[in-house]
Amino acid sequence: MIPAGFEYHRPGDIASAIGILQEHGDEARVIAGGHSLIPMMKLRMAEMGHLVDLQAIDELKGIEISAETVSLGAMVTQHELITHDGLAAAIPLIREAALQIADPQVRYVGTVGGNVANGDPGNDMPGLMQCLNATFELSGPDGTRSVAARDFYEAAYFTAREDEEILTRISIPVPGAGVGQAYEKQKRKIGDYATAAAAVMVGNGQASVAMTNLADTPVWSESASNALADGDVSGCVAAMLDAIDPVADNRGPVEFKKHVAAVMLRRAIERAQSRAG
Amino acid sequence: MSKMHVKLTVNGKEVEGLAEPRTLLIHFLREDLKITGPHIGCETSHCGACTVDIDGKSVKSCTTFVAQVNGADVTTVEGLTNDDGSLGVLQEMFREHHGLQCGFCTPGMITRAHRLLQENPNPTEEEIRFGMAGNLCRCTGYQNIVKAISASADMLNAQKEAAE
Repeated sequence: MIPAGFEYHRPGDIASAIGILQEHGDEARVIAGGHSLIPMMKLRMAEMGHLVDLQAIDELKGIEISAETVSLGAMVTQHELITHDGLAAAIPLIREAALQIADPQVRYVGTVGGNVANGDPGNDMPGLMQCLNATFELSGPDGTRSVAARDFYEAAYFTAREDEEILTRISIPVPGAGVGQAYEKQKRKIGDYATAAAAVMVGNGQASVAMTNLADTPVWSESASNALADGDVSGCVAAMLDAIDPVADNRGPVEFKKHVAAVMLRRAIERAQSRAG
Repeated sequence: MSKMHVKLTVNGKEVEGLAEPRTLLIHFLREDLKITGPHIGCETSHCGACTVDIDGKSVKSCTTFVAQVNGADVTTVEGLTNDDGSLGVLQEMFREHHGLQCGFCTPGMITRAHRLLQENPNPTEEEIRFGMAGNLCRCTGYQNIVKAISASADMLNAQKEAAE
């Protein structure tokens, strides 16, 4: 399994990386950890003349935590998310979810930026970021802009990011004290994508609920979130089942996926409520 | 596509070569450097037979371009022997506890276990199983692999204590 040839670039800053994308247009793509892109290249389902490796760009690294906000560089790996104690204290939901992504080897190199920017409905971080009401920062030839995670996903592999833009950082409001969080994921085996996964935050009269791999985008439901905020668990589950749109595949038929979705959501709600102050 | 000049450290030795950027690290190690410890198993980043250590991280070398590791420090199972060439602790414990049958997965298992024990010198059985989840074995049923890693942890800790 040998991918098609390409020219390799390793720019040292964001401006240079954008310059390479502008110069080569459709022919260029960025690579972060590469554990989604390289398998696609090996299958020749992705081919590009120019591969722009982001590993040497320091602006894309680092986890910054303030009282109100957590800022994650796009090149922060799942392993770094898991091993960062400050992050686990500020938003425990992120470590809980990251531990359920792929396997140790993949988590050492797989990045949070790649996970949210790829637009794969199977990825865990997009739904998580919608639950947390994160904002994605994009840099392009015309400067930088912010897009809410809840507005970012258009269809499978289609997002609000333009071809010449790079997703540089993720900004997440720190949930207040007393907010319980939980991530529940049903998968066929360790390392698999979710059959269904639920991210839940609840507490202080507020709630947010998002689910993964049950439509061609992550699903955050305002009516499900509002129902849970009012303490109506059945209403929350019903609203979410209404919002998802799973298709039958090798993880099961539609009826099964809806069943699993409800089970995951109820478990996540229960655990999040038990953690709420 | 033109070849690029590649320079990296493998098992403590600086190596150089010319390679197309698309060359996968596993192919560069096996075919250019003749380091055949890391194996090509599934080629789809599931099985972990190709696992090597890159700058202190366990990485699947079938899903890594050599261009990405230009300048990096790589350790393969060959680099985990003792200085005199005898089997290192993990290698010896895999032999002792029969942690392999056909042996195809073993280089990846040992290389991954090496990093696991660096990060967690006293793992529980559950932590070993979770930490080894990226490596598949189709022979052993994993029981003896877990035993071998657990015994390695004990031996490495005893060695460390004796040295202090």
